[in-house]
Amino acid sequence: MEKTVAIELKGITKTFGEVVANKDVNLDVYRGEVLSILGENGSGKTTLMNMIAGIYFPDEGQIFIDGKEVVIKSPKDAFAHKIGMIHQHFKLVDVFSAADNIILGEKAPRFDMRAEVQRVKDEYAEENKRFEEYDESEHPGALAYLQKPKYHSNAQLNLKLMSLPFEEIGRKIKFNWLSRNRVKAVQSIANRFGFQIDLKKKIYDMSVSEKQTVEIIKVLYRGADILILDEPTAVLTPQEIEKLFDVIRNMRDSGKSIIIITHKLNEVMEISDRVAVLRKGEHIATVNTAETNEQELTEMMVGKKVSLNIDRTLPHDVVDRLIVKNLTAVDHEGVKVLNNISFEARSGEILGIAGIAGSGQRQLLEAIAGLYKVNEGEISYIDPFNNNEKVDLRSKTPVQIRELGVRLSFVPEDRLGMGLVGNMDLVDNMMLRSYRKGKSIFLDRKAPKILADKIVEELEVVTPSTHTAVRKLSGGNVQKVLVGREIAASPTVLMAAYPVRGLDINSSYTIYNLLNEQKEKGVAVIFVGEDLDVLIELCDRILVICAGQVTGIVEGRRAIKEQLGLLMTKTDVDENQISIDELTIKQETEQGGEEQ
Amino acid sequence: MWIFLRKAVRLSAIYLYGATGEILTEKSGHLNLGTPGIMCMGAIGGCLGVRAYVGTLSSLAQMNGFAVVLIGIICAFLFGMLGGLIYSFLTVTLRCNQNVTGLTLTTFGAGLMSFVLSSIDQTGFSEASEYFRMGFVNGQDLDWFSTLFLNYGTLVYLAIAIAIIAAIVLKKTRTGLNLRAVGENPATADAAGISVGKYRYFATLTGAGIAGLGGLCYIMDSLLGTIDYEVEAFGWIAVALVIFSIWKPDLAIVGSLLFGILLNAADAMQILNKGLIKTLPYVVTVIVLVITSIINKRETQPPAALGTSYFREER
Amino acid sequence: MKSVTGKPSKFDAFVDKLKKESPIHIAKRMDAPKWLPWVVRVSAVIVAIFVCAIVCVGEGGSFGGFFTELFRASFSTGRRVVNLLQEIAILLLIALAVTPAFKMKFWNIGAEGQVLMGALMSVVCIKYLGTYVTNGSMSDGGLIFICLIAAIVGGAGWAVIPAIFKAKWNTNETLFTLMMNYIATGIVAFSIVAWVPAGSFTLGILPQGHLPNVGGYPYIINIIVVAILVVLVWVYLRFSKHGYEISVVGESVNTARYIGVSVPKVIIRTMLLSGMLCGVAGWLLVNGASFSITTETVGGRGFTAILVSWLGQFNPFAMVVVAFLVAFLTKGGSQLASTYNFGGSFPKIMTGIFFFIFIACEFFVNYKLKFNFEHLRKEKNQNECVADDVIDVQAEDDNKNNDATESNMDEEVTD
Repeated sequence: MEKTVAIELKGITKTFGEVVANKDVNLDVYRGEVLSILGENGSGKTTLMNMIAGIYFPDEGQIFIDGKEVVIKSPKDAFAHKIGMIHQHFKLVDVFSAADNIILGEKAPRFDMRAEVQRVKDEYAEENKRFEEYDESEHPGALAYLQKPKYHSNAQLNLKLMSLPFEEIGRKIKFNWLSRNRVKAVQSIANRFGFQIDLKKKIYDMSVSEKQTVEIIKVLYRGADILILDEPTAVLTPQEIEKLFDVIRNMRDSGKSIIIITHKLNEVMEISDRVAVLRKGEHIATVNTAETNEQELTEMMVGKKVSLNIDRTLPHDVVDRLIVKNLTAVDHEGVKVLNNISFEARSGEILGIAGIAGSGQRQLLEAIAGLYKVNEGEISYIDPFNNNEKVDLRSKTPVQIRELGVRLSFVPEDRLGMGLVGNMDLVDNMMLRSYRKGKSIFLDRKAPKILADKIVEELEVVTPSTHTAVRKLSGGNVQKVLVGREIAASPTVLMAAYPVRGLDINSSYTIYNLLNEQKEKGVAVIFVGEDLDVLIELCDRILVICAGQVTGIVEGRRAIKEQLGLLMTKTDVDENQISIDELTIKQETEQGGEEQ
Repeated sequence: MWIFLRKAVRLSAIYLYGATGEILTEKSGHLNLGTPGIMCMGAIGGCLGVRAYVGTLSSLAQMNGFAVVLIGIICAFLFGMLGGLIYSFLTVTLRCNQNVTGLTLTTFGAGLMSFVLSSIDQTGFSEASEYFRMGFVNGQDLDWFSTLFLNYGTLVYLAIAIAIIAAIVLKKTRTGLNLRAVGENPATADAAGISVGKYRYFATLTGAGIAGLGGLCYIMDSLLGTIDYEVEAFGWIAVALVIFSIWKPDLAIVGSLLFGILLNAADAMQILNKGLIKTLPYVVTVIVLVITSIINKRETQPPAALGTSYFREER
Repeated sequence: MKSVTGKPSKFDAFVDKLKKESPIHIAKRMDAPKWLPWVVRVSAVIVAIFVCAIVCVGEGGSFGGFFTELFRASFSTGRRVVNLLQEIAILLLIALAVTPAFKMKFWNIGAEGQVLMGALMSVVCIKYLGTYVTNGSMSDGGLIFICLIAAIVGGAGWAVIPAIFKAKWNTNETLFTLMMNYIATGIVAFSIVAWVPAGSFTLGILPQGHLPNVGGYPYIINIIVVAILVVLVWVYLRFSKHGYEISVVGESVNTARYIGVSVPKVIIRTMLLSGMLCGVAGWLLVNGASFSITTETVGGRGFTAILVSWLGQFNPFAMVVVAFLVAFLTKGGSQLASTYNFGGSFPKIMTGIFFFIFIACEFFVNYKLKFNFEHLRKEKNQNECVADDVIDVQAEDDNKNNDATESNMDEEVTD
């Protein structure tokens, strides 16, 4: 089948301050195909697509749609060119219903005055013609009189033509009115593609996948021909992903171009016709999916062939440091985000936590750190400096935990929004966790200054000075500052949530090495990761959670990716499964005890 | 009794203008604390308009009631919009802090009002005011129905009409839907192809124009065409009323009436010390504010983006 | 508007073109030189004063007269200088009071009411304890001290109410504190009428509890108290642990949670401090200046102070400068008003103009305008040369042009 180019990018460049997000990108997308944009975090995938969707405006370069150069300065322009984007962070108004969100911003159909004039003229001429040709004798009877065509004089025609502007206004007003029919119109689109959704439901009552459905229907409703999906599967269960892919195939078959931004290779292979690989903002290549394989794509994505080769030493002196038992917590909407979670974190060991995004990883770490309200269960800490005495951490504030002598360090997922204060300099950020020390009501900035200098030097943080606002540093350097500070507190438990997210390979390895160093020092390290390869190569044990429940604890050295993937997406955990998992935990605990 | 209620209704029209205007503005995400100043500017516009019209007449007897009312309304609306324009230019185009801009506008508007109006020639104002106050039925001894429903000036009916229209537009039209989206989540609205800046300008200018009519209503309806500089205080009550009516213009009609009755009650009951009674609208508003925040129902909350600027390329 | 034939009019095309090819982009300044903000701000002040001068000339004053009167109002006699300093002091003190709350992103616009409640409490003390001074069982100093305590309690009490609701239920503090202002005004109005039930309804000058004059001038104690407080508040915000916590809460509530700062506690504590400082301002207004109270005792300073604090970037020393400018313009405005018969509201207009221009100038501190004539030019160019490479060269030229226009813009701003 002949393929036509739907959209073509030529020499697109975009910079943010000093950061080059995209550099001289050339790319084309055909009608009726699924194109994957593949790249690591921070490779500029989303920025590139945002430029097509009108969120950003390119510094340089041209965009062609159907061979014509276009200027896309706003999302409005993008819609005009039938481009629709489904963002990773849903752009929905919480207090509106689904239907209202879908029709939001819809423009009235264009009232083409010239065509309307022609239409009226034709109509009148037609009827006049019929009037002239009308033979009354052929249509006898009283009823026929009513059906008789009417003759329109020129004056009548002109009157009608003059009323057209008012008709235009009338139609605009009618369009502007929010009739109850609006739900029906949207519903028909939803039905056509087989979406199951209550369109009158308010967005704040919806689950993530429902919200995504609303986003997709919204774009379809607008009649988009080019759909961009930004990491659509990140938040979905396997079943939901299957459904989504079906929809995508449907759309492709009806001639739409679909662009999927992703970094998941298996999905790329499954759904796309072609793959465009981006690396560090540059377009590396576009290949047909059928003619490539995961290995080759990975190489293009990361540049050179890397096997991770993270040094992993055998744990020694393994003792339980942190024991979590039957932990249950609910969020503010009453949904169980943590459901009966039990595990131990041991000194000298890295415990990995795997799971699809939003399975309760954040809540689990925050619960341990005293930031999330726990409803049931126990969290206890074995204090190595105090005769291995058990300390109860449940429902303590972070300050109380520290006062109990528990050395708990926590590298949260949201670095600048939680772990650090973006507008403060390095020195002030150093004392975030320690500023309370001492009885003076004044701050001591000397020790933090020394610490900041030390971290800058040892971790090779690139910064103009220690008095630079952290916000101005690059992602990797921000993370070094944060991890450096947490490690400087010489913790006995170190929790790190997605510590390498958005970092380049070098910085990532710096972080892995830091974690390994801590492990060798006898710290119990808890590592929440998203990249399964990293988890398998870095961690000694991997705890898998799904929808707030533990679905398994796997030995890191023996773990297989597929097995983890399976555990991560297990939707219903039956009772037997749990008991088996508990058995494994028990066995491992016993083993740990023997080793000791 | 009917006379008392009638008086309260007349008073409430002033609040209603301010509140309706402020609701439109706040629905777009603009916390316009300049509303009192804008009402002052409306009063200036109305007075200048009427003055200019009277200036063209050779004698007051020539005054055309329809013309004078129309000119007054248009001028007040335009001057209110001028205030709104200053506010929107600073907050939308120049992205200044909304609270700071609003407070400055209030100071400026109140200052400008006494500056301009203290030296204005008030010839013909009381005559003009009579036209402004002319109702469907006029006269002294009216039955209760006429007193309560038919004997108001144009501005009182207009206030209610505008509030009802505003309620319908907000609830029942796409324009209203888009506007609410801008106030709730400007990034989403922007992504949906709604021009956030344009809607904010549009809502603030319209809202300011409507609030401006409140100033005119005060001078021409309540004060019978004399000039007084209490408009600012009315403006703050209007801001309070917005909270009281949980950002719904139809509730604002009821709310303004309640406030009108509360404030008028002090006069009617012949209490010497009115200080505490005059605080009642504010106390009631605080109570409503507290109750809605405790109940924490999504629909009764202020627009989510209230008070924040929006700039698309922010990263 | 479309013509009936359906052809897009020339106007339409023009608007479309403007929309598509708007030549001005707004971009955040990433690496502005340190001097730039100050140059912009100083220029803004100069522009503002000139605009005021033009208004004055337009109303019948003279240009020279404007400046002589402006400076005469504040500096011609020692008494006037002290008056100016007093005005600065009160404004500054209220600005200092709201600053900790603002740094915490708690929009306390209730300073007006908090100061008024402080003042009222002080008056209550004088009113009911003054007799003990007259009959000698209490010293005047003792009364003044009791007034101070009462004023602080009054201000803090009034400020802590919205803080509690904010901390507990996240009640919108901007609207709450705003309402509290008018409730305070009502209470003062009520009290005055209760004390003076007939006649003028104004409370005369109270005989006791006056802060003494120093060196023959009034207000000196006020000025000294505020000068000390400027330094204290600066130290508190910059060097104390509390100040640090305030900054953290203001920057990110999540970070505050993370490091174990109790956000409700900080909100309430900071608002107590805010209210206490407002109370001191009320005390100074009563015991050090007016010796009486009206609903206009604060006279809008509570609102002006918010602007002072914000425009001073929450830095107490920068706030001194802004407060000086405002007080200077207010005094000058009153002087001009009486000389040229402009009416009492002229100072309000002058400060209004000053604030508008000063607020607007912050835009040029934070953002820069990028002029981009590329599209317009390209269109012109396409008639002559269609080849891509030529356009590329053109684009490069345009970039150079952009830089040139940008630097032009900077110059314009500083002019």
